[in-house]
Amino acid sequence: MARTASPRGTDTEDPAGLGRARAAAISAPALLIIAAFLVFPALWTLYLGTTDYRLTGFAARHPRGVGLQNYTNVIQDPDFHHSLWLTVEYVLFSAVLGQALLGFVIAWMLRDTRGWLKRLIEALVLLAWILPSSVVAFLWVAMLDRGSGTLNALLNTPGTAWAIEHPMAVIVVFNIWRGTAFSMLLYSAALTGVPPSQLATARMFGANSWQQLRDVVFPHIRGHILTNLLLISLWTFNDFTPYQITAGGPDGKSEILPVYIYQTALFDGQMGLGAAISLLMLLINLVVALVYLRLLRERRGGRKPERVAP
Amino acid sequence: MKDPTVRAVLAKIGRYTFLSVLLGFFALPMLWLASTPFNAHPTLDVSISSFTLHNFSVLLKDPYALPSLWNSLLLAGGTALLTVGFAAAAAYALSRVRIPGRNGILYALLLLSSIVTGTAAMVPLFELAFKLHLIDSRVGVILVFTGGLLPAAIFILKDFTDNMPRSYEESARVFGASPFQIMRHIVLPMIRPGLATVTVWAVVNVWSNFLIPYILIRNPDKYPASVVLYTFYTEGGQPDLALISAFSLLYSIPVVLLYLFVSHRYGFRFHGGIKR
Repeated sequence: MARTASPRGTDTEDPAGLGRARAAAISAPALLIIAAFLVFPALWTLYLGTTDYRLTGFAARHPRGVGLQNYTNVIQDPDFHHSLWLTVEYVLFSAVLGQALLGFVIAWMLRDTRGWLKRLIEALVLLAWILPSSVVAFLWVAMLDRGSGTLNALLNTPGTAWAIEHPMAVIVVFNIWRGTAFSMLLYSAALTGVPPSQLATARMFGANSWQQLRDVVFPHIRGHILTNLLLISLWTFNDFTPYQITAGGPDGKSEILPVYIYQTALFDGQMGLGAAISLLMLLINLVVALVYLRLLRERRGGRKPERVAP
Repeated sequence: MKDPTVRAVLAKIGRYTFLSVLLGFFALPMLWLASTPFNAHPTLDVSISSFTLHNFSVLLKDPYALPSLWNSLLLAGGTALLTVGFAAAAAYALSRVRIPGRNGILYALLLLSSIVTGTAAMVPLFELAFKLHLIDSRVGVILVFTGGLLPAAIFILKDFTDNMPRSYEESARVFGASPFQIMRHIVLPMIRPGLATVTVWAVVNVWSNFLIPYILIRNPDKYPASVVLYTFYTEGGQPDLALISAFSLLYSIPVVLLYLFVSHRYGFRFHGGIKR
């Protein structure tokens, strides 16, 4: 039984008289699960990446250490280069250019609007974001179908198999459709922080829309833009949904890194090699997340008086 | 183009053209989901030839459809329960008792949870589940989800416990309440909005997730809805559109209802990655 070490002196710090021992005991389950299912897997990837571990066969029971072999293999593998390049394209076009730009444009165009049109557009954009990935993936498969898909009927291009002829374009447009909601919400919130008086002044001096955006709006929402870009890049980079539309195909033409890892490790069974690629992914995530947290801390610490809402 | 009225009219036309295209772009894929479940002759294009509810009776007869929704519910409910319970306890302890470097620890954990995603860590997570004999086990899937969601849940809930006035706990203690009585009868009711937020967030995350159950569960009887839907349209030659459409709708409705509930009750609040 935990003795209450500090009887009365630290009341403001520990008003319920919890004491360190009991505090440790009640936070233990959460910390143990995090340690086992989050910290340990990350560290274990380091070890797994240096073995020839396989899902089946002899190497499954007796994995051998192979040093840095997996890493050198991965770095020299043209399939890996191809996949990495596709991932860069996917993140750049669908998140950084697509979602962020479209999200901002929607937020900017609807900023002063009220009424049903705004509500309808926002509801649809949000719906695309919240529906389960398996559902939206099939909606796109149906829409792009070669035989009777809506897109072919609409564009009058019968027989075009979009997911086979333009797999990258399909998953890029899909991800713009899927994820624009977050950027739209974030920029809508950010735009309410731009003082209307400054915009009015700019208009009075004859600034056109672009000049207003450049000189008044962007300086105010620069922090939000950076936050937005980092988060959506991180999420898009870790997005597995394209697998449910193109499964990386045809011939690996849309095999972004998450799908590449899945195919290598869990489909082909080369766990060691898969772990080596995973480690690279973890490192890229780490860099992006570190930059993001740094920004967050700077904003929390640096300009405290400006924070109004909790 | 000097005439201001012409310019204004053109700008207006441009604006509404753009908004219409936007509306079309976002609505187009969803038309199928709205029409096909009620179509007597379901096809891949968008049409309603004759209204029917027959597709939903196809769903009732399928051996995997309804059980998979039950499986999803088990996974989502189990994860939400563990996440909320453990996160609330940890958040309260971290908020009230000074542990050296607690903010650093919290930031590190939050950082870790955004790095070690299901996608980046699928190899070690699969390996871990395999070694612990948790392949094909719902408990395994729940634990993996809980580990991923806990850091953000603790972070959100600590915001609530930090803002709680300490005087209630102090006076309860004066009247002889034990720390656990204080937690149950004072702390929990006061952070209820936070508990609701985290519950909804955890449920939506697990309900929609495809990858984790896809790699950890082998037995089709244990597949959650996300995996079953995928097998409906990738396996077995001709996809059964009556089944897929009705199932997609049924599977989507809870998520939409939860979001409506949250935005009605609490407004759309921004917690970094409320949905990931």
